[in-house]
Amino acid sequence: MNGARKLLVFGGIALATLGMLYGLYYAVLVEHQTLDRMGGSLATAFTQAAGRRLPEARTSIDIYAATKFDYVRQVDVHSHWIGLAMLMIVLGVVFDDVALGERIRFGIALSLLIGSVIFPLGVILQTTDGGVLASALAIVGSALIIVALAAVAAGFARTST
Amino acid sequence: MAVWEPPPSGQTGRSSAVAQTHQAAGAVSSSVAATFSTMSARRLLVFGGIALIASGMLFGDIVAVFILHQNAGRTGAALLAAVQAVQARNPAAVKEAFGHMGEFLEDRGTKVDTHVHMIDAGYLALLLALIQPYVALSASRKKLLAKVLLTGGVLLPVGIFLIHYVGLAHSPFTAIGWASVLADSAGGLLIVALVGEGWGLWNYFRSRRVGTTEPELPQDHNWERRTLLAGGTVLVLLGFLHGAWYASVHLYEHENREMLILTAMLDQGSGHDISVASVNAYGGLQAEKAVEIAAHSHIIEFGLLAILLSFLQPYVFLNDRWKKRWIYLLLAGSAILPIFVLLELKIGLLAGGIADAGGLMVIVALMGMLVGVLRYSGRLDAEIGSAP
Repeated sequence: MNGARKLLVFGGIALATLGMLYGLYYAVLVEHQTLDRMGGSLATAFTQAAGRRLPEARTSIDIYAATKFDYVRQVDVHSHWIGLAMLMIVLGVVFDDVALGERIRFGIALSLLIGSVIFPLGVILQTTDGGVLASALAIVGSALIIVALAAVAAGFARTST
Repeated sequence: MAVWEPPPSGQTGRSSAVAQTHQAAGAVSSSVAATFSTMSARRLLVFGGIALIASGMLFGDIVAVFILHQNAGRTGAALLAAVQAVQARNPAAVKEAFGHMGEFLEDRGTKVDTHVHMIDAGYLALLLALIQPYVALSASRKKLLAKVLLTGGVLLPVGIFLIHYVGLAHSPFTAIGWASVLADSAGGLLIVALVGEGWGLWNYFRSRRVGTTEPELPQDHNWERRTLLAGGTVLVLLGFLHGAWYASVHLYEHENREMLILTAMLDQGSGHDISVASVNAYGGLQAEKAVEIAAHSHIIEFGLLAILLSFLQPYVFLNDRWKKRWIYLLLAGSAILPIFVLLELKIGLLAGGIADAGGLMVIVALMGMLVGVLRYSGRLDAEIGSAP
């Protein structure tokens, strides 16, 4: 197994483990409370509005918005880390079919690994007031994955010499 | 490790097809056969994986056609009832309406989860079929792990599907019904199987090999493999580009719009004319989000499926022409479904119908390939049975 394949397979396994552990932590310690807060705040907003307590209703809607903003990104991070890890493992199995030079293949594998780590990391940092750094990580990470995938597709389509 | 040589370029027609089939038949007794022995773990995982994926897709098509739209209508009606209850200053009716909404959302959620979990269990089975050469366990243990995984892969979606219907009936628990117990137990089976496979991999890489190890999958770089690999990667790439575009252009706008609509609903309840338009706007927004997310996830999953199926082509015992047809059908369906899901809000039901047809094309292609693998297995077993 050459360096690029090792990087993809073992990097993929490590990333999948990280994604699953993060999902487990979130499901066990955070998710139920988050879902309760999200559903509860929306129902509360409507109940408060029915009681003509509009300022409180708006506050409840704000809580709902903030909770949902966080929840969507937490779930996205979990699923994207695992999804990208699975893609890396599968590509690692057939990476010798990418008809490009060994150094280029290693560069592609490295781009996929770095992009797959930092893109979801940037997304999750958005929930912690990560500011510009969070967005930059997400954009650079997704750009790395897109460029790497385009190169892999071209490499697969080429007939090996 | 080549399975069988591709035909010389220019050789076409029925005679070629027959020749190729015979060529393939000859190869059954060669090295490839060793990677697909009778009722081996890999064979179980390949059959089970394809069957789970095809079943999950068929279920998804049925749900999309007969359940999702009706469910969305009922959820919208419950939301409208909640808004009207706000205007009528009736908090009890608000709670009742939200209770109904919760039921409708659970109905929808469990069906989508059934679809997703069945397909993902199939992907997992195919992925594990690939790594069997690196799982250093005895053949009987590998087979047992494959059976455990497939049992979990079937029972998990069944349990999830039943959650909405069984509820808490006859359950000794306050919040968990028997269907959840079934789903969680099936998830436990999947975890046991994965831990076992992980233990086998650990043994392999620590060079503590137990029993026999299987040969690696054939690595012939033929048209079928190249097309599925390149096509699958392009699909994943398109899905990723679409996701990046959605995140940068629509995600925040959708989140802001949802809050504006909800606030407007509450304000209308305070004395303004109640407007069905607000509820319709909310439903429309949910539909916009749903089609974007469905297109994104489906195109990526189909891409991954194409890549996984590229590994199985040596076991598809069909002539070259039929192999190509199934591959074209699979890739075409994989592109048609997400494209027309996206167009559903612009074109309407026609696009929805075409998207469903795209899903059906993928299912038919999968079934065609499964028939090819079954033919391969039958031929292989017959040769083994007739051997002196």
